[in-house]
Amino acid sequence: MLKIVVCVKAVPDPKQERKIRINPVTKTLIRGDIPLVLNPLDKNAMEAALQLKEQLDAQIVVLSMGPPSAGNIVKECLALGADQGFLLSDLAFSGADAYATAYTLAKGIEKIGSYHVIFCGMASSDSSTEWVGPEIGAFLKIPIVTRVKEIIETEGEWWKVKASLDNGFRVVQVKIPAVLTVTRELNNPRTLSFSGIIEARKREITHWGINELCVSDDSVGLKGSPTIVSNMASIELKREVEIITGTREEKAEQLIQKLVEAGVI
Amino acid sequence: MIDFTFTEEQELFRKAAREFAESKIAPKVSEMEETAKVVDEVVKALGEAEMMALTIPEEYGGLGLGYVARLIALEEISRVSVATAMMLQIFALGTEPIIRFGNQEQKQKYLPGLAKGERLATIAVTEPTGGSDPKGCRTSYKKDDDSYILNGRKCFITNSHIADTITVFAVDEENPEAFSTFVVEKGTDGFKPTHEEHKVGMRGCNTGELVFKKCRIPAENLLGEEGKGLRIAMSAIGDVGRGGMVGCALGLHTACLEASVKFANERILYGKPISKLQTIQNKLADMKIDLEAGRLLGFRAASMQDKGERASNEFAVAKYFTTEAAQRAAKTAVDIHGGYGCMEEYPVTRYLRDSAVLGPSAGTSDIMKVIIARWVLS
Ligand SMILES: Cc1cc2nc3c(=O)[nH]c(=O)nc-3n(C[C@H](O)[C@H](O)[C@H](O)COP(=O)(O)OP(=O)(O)OC[C@H]3O[C@@H](n4cnc5c(N)ncnc54)[C@H](O)[C@@H]3O)c2cc1C
Repeated sequence: MLKIVVCVKAVPDPKQERKIRINPVTKTLIRGDIPLVLNPLDKNAMEAALQLKEQLDAQIVVLSMGPPSAGNIVKECLALGADQGFLLSDLAFSGADAYATAYTLAKGIEKIGSYHVIFCGMASSDSSTEWVGPEIGAFLKIPIVTRVKEIIETEGEWWKVKASLDNGFRVVQVKIPAVLTVTRELNNPRTLSFSGIIEARKREITHWGINELCVSDDSVGLKGSPTIVSNMASIELKREVEIITGTREEKAEQLIQKLVEAGVI
Repeated sequence: MIDFTFTEEQELFRKAAREFAESKIAPKVSEMEETAKVVDEVVKALGEAEMMALTIPEEYGGLGLGYVARLIALEEISRVSVATAMMLQIFALGTEPIIRFGNQEQKQKYLPGLAKGERLATIAVTEPTGGSDPKGCRTSYKKDDDSYILNGRKCFITNSHIADTITVFAVDEENPEAFSTFVVEKGTDGFKPTHEEHKVGMRGCNTGELVFKKCRIPAENLLGEEGKGLRIAMSAIGDVGRGGMVGCALGLHTACLEASVKFANERILYGKPISKLQTIQNKLADMKIDLEAGRLLGFRAASMQDKGERASNEFAVAKYFTTEAAQRAAKTAVDIHGGYGCMEEYPVTRYLRDSAVLGPSAGTSDIMKVIIARWVLS
């Protein structure tokens, strides 16, 4: 049986991004009362796993590291059709950068045991480093393909996938077990269903802390983080208005000129 | 201690319903508005999303989730399309008498198809001679061997032209005090949906007239006991009907508030968004107060119903309050939009039209007060 691990992250609802503030002293995000939701690209990761499960004999394990309230997104994945859910939650894990997050998740995956493929979203909507997926691969010493936008072949142990590049794509053959980080183009994630939510009643979420993972407290969380965010600023969006004058032809001419200059056409 | 929080599972139901409404219903709203017709894909999508199964017991292919879950779903769907929520609310109202009073055979025959959305339901009580007074009903039935013969006309019936299973309320031809309810199936000889109404709002939800002319139905289509029809019809209307309208009203109210907040933040006057003006803030606060109060009333009644308690009085209060409040909210939302509030590009114009249709269904506000006063004085 194919065992698929999907790593998911609880992020502040991107639809309420407007409300996020930056603490000017600590340079951390002030989340306020914005609810935590499943990171949008992780939905594509879940969908990839669900589609494989529809084709092959597979089991889906969902793994998240986060505060106890992140349990709701693990539950959501169970309602979408995952078979098992794990939440790595411990005060010691808080403040983790991408490296410490990937380390903790990799330890979780090792403890889960066997796995054939690990799906991650390409990036999280709140940090956008694109590092966690690759770093999990590095910790587990398995191959990684980032920005997967199509899964072409899944037979045997050599899988074929298509991955995005800035100006095109590449087709990669990768030996599983491997980490695949996925893009939005990969699929169209399904929505939750009421009966899926009812089904998920039967599936418990396993909570693991620092003791269960058998890791030292200086390898996780803020203490285990080799990078720090030294500065952060919000981008102010400004609209510039320029009124074009002249006859209708002149205005059209000028508008075209402007659009060409702006690289729009 | 009273716990006012939704469970984690109920939050997921809300999420599921919102995702469904935004991805499957929202893209069809403009077509519904333009054609004022039921859009087939909407009905199909409701079925696929198991929306017709919510309150049908599991042993008949439903989800058996009860009335809080239903209220959540209706609220979310109505936030996007009141017309769709109305259609859905009446599917459940048409189904409920079969759940409560149907015998084994009737339940086996109808409920699984209704749960899947393969069959659509409605309830036909109102007549041209008055909806507030069901005892004024003129649609009559007469026993004839092993069948009943129905004659009469029903009006303002939601889903009139799309329903396959219709719970019909009628009076004994020989006894004006005896009422019964029957299940009439689409296609039965002598039964025909006729005139289709053009409503001011809730376009895309079908409302119309049903005619019964020597319509012969088998005796086994009698629902519950003969002569007990008033209780059968009113018991479903009292909580499922009113509760459904509460869901429609709350969703619309939420939409009005969201549109108003958005507009007030975007519209710049005197060099700043109008949301900085106290008068506008006051209006937004009023809308929010009504919404919060309405939700407490509605969910209180729904959770009583889930516990198996009678909640028709509580639903009367909730129905009165939320439908009236939604109408105020729609008017306020239009006001906040200024001249834009009169332009059809802005959804608030639809909200205003939809809000006007919330009142009568499942009993007018006057009738709610009659019921509430009866409760107070009892
Ligand atoms: C969109 C829509 C969908 C509907 N769907 C259905 C459906 O699916 N099935 C169905 O059977 N019916 C349906 N109805 C009908 C609805 O239930 C009736 O319109 C409602 O009960 C009122 O009846 P009426 O329209 O005949 O008004 P009337 O009963 O004639 O009332 C006229 C006025 O008199 C007032 N009034 C009446 N009695 C009293 C009283 N005792 N004290 C004080 N004031 C009173 C009313 O409040 C109203 O203002 C629907 C109506 C609408 C608008």
